[in-house]
Amino acid sequence: MNVSLVLIIIMAVLFAAGVYAMLERSLTRVLIGFLLLGNAANLLLLIVMGRPGLAPFYGDGEPAAMSDPLPQALMLTAIVITFAISAFLLALIYRSWQLGQADTFDEDEVDLAIRERGMRTDEEMDQEIELEDDDATSDFVASDAEDDRTGSS
Amino acid sequence: MTALVPLLVTLPLLGAAIALIAGRHRRFQVGVSVVTLVLTLVIATVLLIAVDASNLPFAVSVGGWPVPFGIVLYVDRLAALLVMVSSVVLLAVLLFSIGQGAADGDDDTPVSIFHPSYLILAAGIFVAFTAGDLFNLYVGFEILLVASYVLITLGNSEQRIRAGITYIVVSLVSSILFLSAIAMIYGATGTVNMVQLADRIAQLPQETQYVLHVMLLLAFAIKAAIFPVSFWLPDSYPTAPAPVTAVFAGLLTKVGVYAIIRTETQIFLENDLNTILLIAALATMVIGILGAVAQAELKRILSFTLVSHVGYMVFGIAIATPASIGATIYYMVHHIVVQTTLFLSVGLVERRAGSTSILKVKGLMRAAPVIALLYFIPAVNLGGLPPFSGFIGKYALFDAAAAVGTPLMMTLIVAGIATSLLTLYALMRAWNLSFWREEDDSAETEQRTAYLQSAPAATTTTERRAIPRIMTSATAGMVAVSVALTVFAGPLYEVCARVGGALLEPITVVQLDESVDLSGEVEQ
Repeated sequence: MNVSLVLIIIMAVLFAAGVYAMLERSLTRVLIGFLLLGNAANLLLLIVMGRPGLAPFYGDGEPAAMSDPLPQALMLTAIVITFAISAFLLALIYRSWQLGQADTFDEDEVDLAIRERGMRTDEEMDQEIELEDDDATSDFVASDAEDDRTGSS
Repeated sequence: MTALVPLLVTLPLLGAAIALIAGRHRRFQVGVSVVTLVLTLVIATVLLIAVDASNLPFAVSVGGWPVPFGIVLYVDRLAALLVMVSSVVLLAVLLFSIGQGAADGDDDTPVSIFHPSYLILAAGIFVAFTAGDLFNLYVGFEILLVASYVLITLGNSEQRIRAGITYIVVSLVSSILFLSAIAMIYGATGTVNMVQLADRIAQLPQETQYVLHVMLLLAFAIKAAIFPVSFWLPDSYPTAPAPVTAVFAGLLTKVGVYAIIRTETQIFLENDLNTILLIAALATMVIGILGAVAQAELKRILSFTLVSHVGYMVFGIAIATPASIGATIYYMVHHIVVQTTLFLSVGLVERRAGSTSILKVKGLMRAAPVIALLYFIPAVNLGGLPPFSGFIGKYALFDAAAAVGTPLMMTLIVAGIATSLLTLYALMRAWNLSFWREEDDSAETEQRTAYLQSAPAATTTTERRAIPRIMTSATAGMVAVSVALTVFAGPLYEVCARVGGALLEPITVVQLDESVDLSGEVEQ
């Protein structure tokens, strides 16, 4: 199977750029990243088609000289799906902008709550440990933790 | 008989189109959705009986293209069974949502969008279950995902958009991965037909097989929510409306599990990653259930148990004996029904008590004994107490694992039992706090649950509303189905065992050709 090196390089760059853009917090960049990834996957389909040949019409020439039509059909389907999803994503980004005046993805409140809870328990545990052994430094840590707790309650 | 197969896909799509056009006429729209799903249920039942009687699967080549080139809809026992179970679940949840919509009016949710999206979701699920080639499976996944994107962000509130974005971005990544895997598989074998793939994949070098296998499994693992790629599920499911969460929890992850079953038993039968799958199953079970124990909100508890119980199915697939595949399929059926039922009954709790936080809701036993019963039966079932189907499924799985008997299997059995007990603990704690706690005894329990006080989402409340009878009836119907899984466990288990046996002896291309040819004669 002969494939074009240029296509492979372009595909690799698209995949890399797409992943990079998708890791951003801004939803618009996530969309751009998704579009790049979608096109990279389409290029991959084009590459596996193998050597390009004649248009695959019945009776238009030798079957051996034609290009493989199946990946093209798959690509067309994938393009349509990518198109539909990007339209939906755009609507979602617009709505998110309307609600928050920003298109960034915020941290989950629940995750924050869990993290906070984890930190608090850690502090309490530290405090307990410090109280158990009468170290000279324990006062400092314990009062520090206490301040935090009174601050948060 | 094969003429019925395409109807499974075309009927819901047609129904969706009619429901979309008839958006202004609520009653007509509701009628269309109910009729569509009742029809698919009937068709699925007929197909299941017919396919179980004959030994060859039904295969329809759409558009008359010969087998390896065209799209093949392929219904064997597994597909028929899952299509039937999912039609039951889809219908029950639809009735539940009709009750909820009728009571709330059109203000809360744009109901005119709900019905078409719901039917498209159904069509997507059916396409995925009946797909005979990988690319059609991908298309099925995309149909159901796009519908689920709409459903999970229904109402456009800030919280739902936020939760929806997590879900959508994760699904997009898994879809791209799946598409790339299909491209690579086509590049390596020159086909996407699953039956043909089984032959040709086996001829590839081992290293190539591993690469393709891992890519496919990773894409499906994200959809099925297997640890370490399960993080998105408890984050995004609980915020959606109750019926939507119920149907997602019951069916969407199972479509992923179904795809993994096909991958392991049909496409990559020779190439095994079972040890890795076993370890993933172990982690999914244990870590999922530990998450559930730490939660104080019913929907989140259930989402975590959902993740954890997917672990059992992966466990069954990874044992890879005919007995274990049969047990996995029985467990899948049980879990689809029971998990949906639990989410529906939590939907009832939410309406009755105005909250799903187990710290806030109390005294439900006295106030709503029916809801208590509708919660208790599936909860005990999910926890795996005998004589319910959860126990039968788990027992069959452990039995199949013990028959293999390696140390890893034994570890997994122990982990499975521990997970089952912890599930019971998490659900029964909710039961004790929300149902049995009296309205006034707060001081004592508050002290006992102090560590849960700062737990996430313990503060959200919704308005208390009256519960229409149809919502209770739909939930009660699902509870009845889950009990029926226990009562008729014998015949159902035999079907599952036949599925398991048949799956590990995949049919050849010639046989597939024959079954397609037969269908041609019938149609003429």
